[in-house]
Amino acid sequence: MLNITMKINGKAVSGTVEGRTLLVEFLRNDLHLTGTHVGCDTSQCGACTIHVNGIAVKSCSMFAVEADGASIDTIEGQENTDGSLNKIQQAFQDHHGLQCGFCTPGMVMAAADLLQNTPTPTEAEIRNHLDGNICRCTGYHNIVKAIMAASGQDVSAIAAE
Amino acid sequence: MPKDSGIGTSPKRREDIRFLTGNGKYTDDINLTGQSHAVFARSDVAHGKINHIDISAAETMPGVLAIFTGEDFADVGGNPAGWLINSRDGEPMKEPKRPVLAYGKVRHVGDAYAAVIAETVLQAQDAVEAIKADITELPAIVDMEAALAGGGFVHDEIETNQCFDWGWIEDNRAATDAAIKAAPHVTTLSLVNNRLVPNAMESRASTADYDRGTGDYTLYTTSQNPHLTRLLVCAFVLGIPENKLRVVSPDVGGGFGSKIYHYGEEALVLAAAKKLCRPVKWTASRSESFLTDAHGRDHVTKIELACEKDGTFIAFRTDTMANVGAYLSNFSTVTPTFLHGTLMAGNYTVPNVYVNVKAVFTNTAPVDAYRGAGRPEATYSLERVIDKCARELALDPIELRRKNFIKPDQFPYASAAGLEYDAGNYDALFDKLEGIVDFGGFKARRAESEKGGKLRGLGINSYIEACGIAPSNLVGILGARVGLYDAATVRVNATGNISVMVGAHSHGQGHATVFPQVVSEMLGVEENSIEIVHGDTSKIPFGMGSYGSRSLAVCGSAVVRATEKIINKATKIAAHMLEASESDIDFKDGKFSVSGTDKSVAFGEVAFKAYVPHDYPHDELEPGLEETAFYDPANFTYPSGAYACEVEVDPETGKVTVESFTAVDDFGNVINPMIVTGQVHGGIGQGIGQALLENCTYDENGQLLSASYMDYAMPRASDLPFYTVDHSCVTPCTHNPLGVKGCGEAGAIGSPPTIVNAVVDALHSGGHTHVTHIDMPVSPARVWSAINS
Amino acid sequence: MYNFDFVKPLNVADALVALASEEAQALGGGQTLIPTMKQRLASPEKLVSLSGISEMQGVDISGNIVTIGGATTHANVALAGAFEGLTGLAGGIGDPAVRNRGTIGGSLANNDPAACYPAAALATGATIVTNDREIDADDYFQGMFTTALEDVEIITAVRMPIPQVSNYQKFEQPASRFALVGVFVAKYADGVRVAVTGASENGVFRWSEAEGVLSTNFSADAILGMSVDSSEMISDLHGTKEYRANLVRVLTGRAVSSAS
Repeated sequence: MLNITMKINGKAVSGTVEGRTLLVEFLRNDLHLTGTHVGCDTSQCGACTIHVNGIAVKSCSMFAVEADGASIDTIEGQENTDGSLNKIQQAFQDHHGLQCGFCTPGMVMAAADLLQNTPTPTEAEIRNHLDGNICRCTGYHNIVKAIMAASGQDVSAIAAE
Repeated sequence: MPKDSGIGTSPKRREDIRFLTGNGKYTDDINLTGQSHAVFARSDVAHGKINHIDISAAETMPGVLAIFTGEDFADVGGNPAGWLINSRDGEPMKEPKRPVLAYGKVRHVGDAYAAVIAETVLQAQDAVEAIKADITELPAIVDMEAALAGGGFVHDEIETNQCFDWGWIEDNRAATDAAIKAAPHVTTLSLVNNRLVPNAMESRASTADYDRGTGDYTLYTTSQNPHLTRLLVCAFVLGIPENKLRVVSPDVGGGFGSKIYHYGEEALVLAAAKKLCRPVKWTASRSESFLTDAHGRDHVTKIELACEKDGTFIAFRTDTMANVGAYLSNFSTVTPTFLHGTLMAGNYTVPNVYVNVKAVFTNTAPVDAYRGAGRPEATYSLERVIDKCARELALDPIELRRKNFIKPDQFPYASAAGLEYDAGNYDALFDKLEGIVDFGGFKARRAESEKGGKLRGLGINSYIEACGIAPSNLVGILGARVGLYDAATVRVNATGNISVMVGAHSHGQGHATVFPQVVSEMLGVEENSIEIVHGDTSKIPFGMGSYGSRSLAVCGSAVVRATEKIINKATKIAAHMLEASESDIDFKDGKFSVSGTDKSVAFGEVAFKAYVPHDYPHDELEPGLEETAFYDPANFTYPSGAYACEVEVDPETGKVTVESFTAVDDFGNVINPMIVTGQVHGGIGQGIGQALLENCTYDENGQLLSASYMDYAMPRASDLPFYTVDHSCVTPCTHNPLGVKGCGEAGAIGSPPTIVNAVVDALHSGGHTHVTHIDMPVSPARVWSAINS
Repeated sequence: MYNFDFVKPLNVADALVALASEEAQALGGGQTLIPTMKQRLASPEKLVSLSGISEMQGVDISGNIVTIGGATTHANVALAGAFEGLTGLAGGIGDPAVRNRGTIGGSLANNDPAACYPAAALATGATIVTNDREIDADDYFQGMFTTALEDVEIITAVRMPIPQVSNYQKFEQPASRFALVGVFVAKYADGVRVAVTGASENGVFRWSEAEGVLSTNFSADAILGMSVDSSEMISDLHGTKEYRANLVRVLTGRAVSSAS
């Protein structure tokens, strides 16, 4: 067993894991941070997307021990300090960018990753950036629209409520 | 002034907050004290005789608590088919037993023959590897035609691979045959409706708990219909008294049909929890989901359209083989029959329709209802053959459809396929479509595409579907073994806020937001004071859950009826409070008043009186303000729509790009336009997925080739465009109180033929006129092969 | 997944010591290895993470040579912008999160027949630098999932001569987003190199006939009438041999047209 420490959503945590313990397992099973989901076993669906040292990573394809000493951000730490939804989360609600909610944490984290490097993405840039995040409910229309809105762009011309 | 709440508005979804902050509670998020873990041993051959399963080594592995094999369930019931279909000769369908764990034979790759319960998942996995299964591999039965020809049987005891040979309507067969024989023009098309894997992003999971003291079971499971699951487990499989099993479906991450059904894993964890007196948890990996979730579609069809030279339809005749897989899943027999054959008249005044469906057992995973369920198959066959016919007769595809549409003044209309359509206006839908889509500019856009070396195609489609299943009396005659009503309880609490317990289950559809809009409109109270309770058999009335676009049309109607009862009783209480006659009480905007006076009491005051019944007419009225209604619809509902899309085809690579997609639907009245639009978006996404990307493929040995996201192409954001969606054409449903029809499946029904019609159109514009059809998915490789064939 | 011992050395020498034991395996970004281990299809007794070795990180551009540390992620290669073909290739592997973990050394060591990097390495005539030696790309790739690497050998860096112009065209397999066929074209003063991934049962290969023609006439039209032998192409549910052979020609032409 290996001892690891890391900062998760700004809070120091430590734990003991096997080599094979995946980061997502550490988050969900040891820390009970169940907002990060597992939707596949081939590193494709992106439901488990989190940020490790500020960049998007699929936590199902990284060993927890590899995150020793890292700074981790998950969906549970995305709200504003006053507890309100952050601008990406709020845009997802405003534009109905989620239905069953299962892929949503990964989508929000992927969107945050995009916007920190590309503050005003085009539709194509958003769609390409979501290549590793699968949603089965929305047909992506409102997700793309929400991310455009979160970046401050006018989305009124994009069809639908 | 536009309304700002209630019916017809789009409040933000209240459930979004918990999903957006990581506070959703899905089945795998639930962990019970002392829980153990189940892992299944699954067949890696498609067909095999089980000689012996040796668990002796596995039993002694660290952490192992119990191991089950098929023998442990040999004496309990099977998981039943929910619908009896009779063959054309009157013989009932063949119903081989579907056991909890495979017994005697394994019948598809992934068929579970044993289960290990251990302290941890990893220990259970290790023990599964230590099970020695002596299984003699048998030749796999994969191809439907070969299966029908015989040679080997998936189920030896029935001595055939044909489940049934169904004719609809059998009495119309001779007339249809004669009409086709005599017709001036017949268009024939052979096609495959490709097999799909539903792929809800949350894989299936079940956790069972057993209380030794009370004998009560609790099952947390990913279900679209907890009461139906309870009924199947109790009445058919394990024999647990219904009142000793509580089924909880918490947040469910998508269903699309695949979570309607009861699966063996649920029975296994229940039996294991009792044996061990400990909670037992199982969560499917995505690989297990691919192998064991009920798949969708998988029809091989020949359709003929007979018409006059001017395009007036005379007859549709359809011959279909429908794969049901290795076992009959709960709705697998109704999906290719009554949910498919009854729609084979489309939106048209065609006088002759006949459908023959042979259901075939194969060594593949069970096939059942998947978003649309039978209706996408019907629409695809019809609208592809109509498109081909238009090309053969050199008729405009819209004009050909319009020529044959049922006209608004013909409703109610008895279709030649046996349904009575209550309302619709198909010409209005096309009027709207022609208003939205710039058809006039298509030529210029095509020319622009050609400059870039691309071929551009325009696809048109029309659909009708039957939703809101269903009248119990009717479906009972047709073979259903359950009723198809739904139920709601409206509980007004003493402080005036309201809990609404519904039989419907939301797994993305937004019930928590929409149902309060209805109740708020009726009671004149704030939407936010109304909470929806669902997904727990210990809290909700006996409802049948959500599938077939039925939540609002059926359960929503039950909500209306229960709320009406609330108003009735509250009016009586108000009359007493106001010392007036009940008939003089008006109820408006949340206030009861005596007509012609300024005397009134607010709804909240009445609620308080009901629960603090001092000065109360106890001889006439019971205290409390809580009402339940069961609603059984009088008919199906019939959403319809007109769709158009434009695609670009790269003739060098065969790649198809969807350039635009427009969906105009008639859903009747719309309660929440935002959510309805979202439902259509999702359906279109799945429909384009079926048309262009998704392909569940077994090889000749019954090995699933598309067994992960590495080979099963899920639609991603970059595969899809923005859609234009309109639902302003409204012909209200005539027989439910809200006038609603249902919107959940429309996009998945209407979009596949729209896309394929457009691709064929594009190829024709490039001179590839030998291409009259390409089977879905219209992948780059298939398009290129078609061009170069 | 089976358990294993985990070590994370800080330099190449320590990594080699750790790898010397039986059943030890190097862990790059893990984007292929971890899913494989989940399926219990790989069972190393020891995993040696290369992510802590700073000398294997980073992209250095000196004169006409770009040197990429073996543990450099795809995202960082794309960010470095060394030359058009490489930047486009690295920025198109998998998806953004995968690019943040996956490494060039991991990709080249695995040599998946549908991976992108082998095409870049072969088309640029790269030098695969290991702890022990330098291997020419032409000698390195030895068929699908097979390379010239010894058991205990680590790709510490990859050196690529920067082409005058280059381009990588990937036609994605629609599910995995790996290359159904990928073609890398690199033009140098002394000639053109064309490497093809995704297409052949023998893994990445050079299309030498096209190289010859393009070396004298670098235009898409020059290869219009050409074709590659389809007999050893991959055939699967995403495309036949003939389809892949067609894509090789089409994508080569597009890479030439787009090269910059």
